[in-house]
Amino acid sequence: MSSLSEELLHRIRQAHTRRKLTWWERIYLPAIAQGLWVTSSHFWRNLGLHLAHRLGLFRHRPASVTIQYPEQQRDTSPRLRTRHRLTRREDGTPRCVGCMLCETVCPAKCIYITPGEHPDPNIEKFAKSFDLDLGKCVYCGYCVEVCPEDAIRMDTQRHDISAFSRDGMWLDIVELLYPGTRRHTDPPKKFIQLELDEFRQLKSTLPTNQPTVPS
Amino acid sequence: MSAIAIDVAVKFVLAVIVVFAVLNLAGIQTWMERKQSAVMQDRIGANRATFALPWWWAAPINVLLRKLGGLGLLHPLADVIKLLTKEDFSPASGNRTLHTLAPWISVFFALIVFAAIPFGDRIELFGRTIELQVAHLNAALLYILALASIGIYGVIIAGMASGTNLSVIGGLRAASQMLAYEIALGVSLVGVVIWYGTLDLQEMIRRQGELWWGWMPAWGVFVQPVGCLVFITAALAETKRIPFDLPEGEPEIIGYFVEYSGMKFGLFFLTDFVETTLVAALTTVLFFGGWQIPWLPPDAFAQPIMAVLGVVAFTLKVSFFLWLFMTIRWTLPRFRYDQLMRLGWKGLFPVSLANVGITSLMRILVH
Repeated sequence: MSSLSEELLHRIRQAHTRRKLTWWERIYLPAIAQGLWVTSSHFWRNLGLHLAHRLGLFRHRPASVTIQYPEQQRDTSPRLRTRHRLTRREDGTPRCVGCMLCETVCPAKCIYITPGEHPDPNIEKFAKSFDLDLGKCVYCGYCVEVCPEDAIRMDTQRHDISAFSRDGMWLDIVELLYPGTRRHTDPPKKFIQLELDEFRQLKSTLPTNQPTVPS
Repeated sequence: MSAIAIDVAVKFVLAVIVVFAVLNLAGIQTWMERKQSAVMQDRIGANRATFALPWWWAAPINVLLRKLGGLGLLHPLADVIKLLTKEDFSPASGNRTLHTLAPWISVFFALIVFAAIPFGDRIELFGRTIELQVAHLNAALLYILALASIGIYGVIIAGMASGTNLSVIGGLRAASQMLAYEIALGVSLVGVVIWYGTLDLQEMIRRQGELWWGWMPAWGVFVQPVGCLVFITAALAETKRIPFDLPEGEPEIIGYFVEYSGMKFGLFFLTDFVETTLVAALTTVLFFGGWQIPWLPPDAFAQPIMAVLGVVAFTLKVSFFLWLFMTIRWTLPRFRYDQLMRLGWKGLFPVSLANVGITSLMRILVH
């Protein structure tokens, strides 16, 4: 037992003793020269590339790794969980059947659904309102996983979410169906209780013409 | 007009040129600081600060402003506006007068040193000889060393007058560092003085214009390589910039200007940049031939053109050193305090002393 601890102590001591620096390392200048070589080679290469880009040359070789954020955005993986959207049927109404599974499974309790009776007997119900509070959402993606109808997805590739108020973080059903159509100055239409016919006419009343999201 | 009045006018013009150049270089250095570090680190750097004039006839100016903003050249302007409009805060427990005085002492003694820096050869204009040096002193080197070391007072006073323990400690740390390196700095220059046998910087530069064996310029760096290295190291420590930024360390180890805000803080920053320019100019003058252009005989062109070329050469050399110091600043990590002291007292000081001894021997042997 004692021999084991002796050996252990020895090894710990060895690990803690630093290797003695050689004279070459101690004068520090070669290391400085190496460091300066690395940084200045980057500097001159990038400077040359920047100048060449101004002349329209070597466009395929980037001079920096910067992404100029508001103008350029990083490409995201399609699997990335980004802001939610509701998928639609061919007639423009939401695919949601108002089964309340997502509202139930949501760990942050940020989904609020008001179900309504659907005239088609093959379809259970429909959502008269479907509200999602992004201020509470934890982006766990459970709502997407639990949905039996593929009615909610997190694939808008929108992740620059910011707002001036709590209401600005509130996604009403129109915004969820047509992502990016609400101006940030407009208040959200909370719990709006839309009828089926209103959904069908919704698209023509929207401010921008968004491409139809595949259902 | 009497001859004295003309002399005074000439000196005044020279002084204005020097101050203008130095302060603008400081402004350009803030731009360099941002852009060079960015390019070095594969980034783009500051490119957002810009503004547009509202009038219709200002459209071409606006295009230019947008271009300048894209290059980040309007950021120094934005900095100055920000610093000037910030609250001028001075702590209740401190001394308001000294607190205000300290940055001015710092920047004053950094700027006044430039009076003795020769930036060009003498020119003959209208029958009078003008040395391109604000004050043509025959002990210019002593003057520079003396005034540059007074700059420490600004730092110490700033620490003391802030009335905070942290800033006092920062001030003392700065004082000990600057004392440690001031000595190595002074001794490293003794070698140059022994070799050239003069304290006059113009004379020193003229000696550096000679050629050895017909091809090698007799620059100080070839005569005094060790002295040059020690001088640059110690002088960088005097500028209080990374890797020797222990006195300041704005974000983490609190320095002597914790209690400074607005343009007073800006003045300390300006001092740093002015001192960096000073070190670059001194290195050029003492070790890299000042305004001499190597392998170009002084009588190659007519005199005034030669002088202009000399000024250009001097500016290019200073720019190179500014680039080098900026590269060093963005490459090396900060020294620990004990490493700093060991380097100063046990590294640079003995080396510079040995350099003096060897130079004296060489001097005796050569002559």
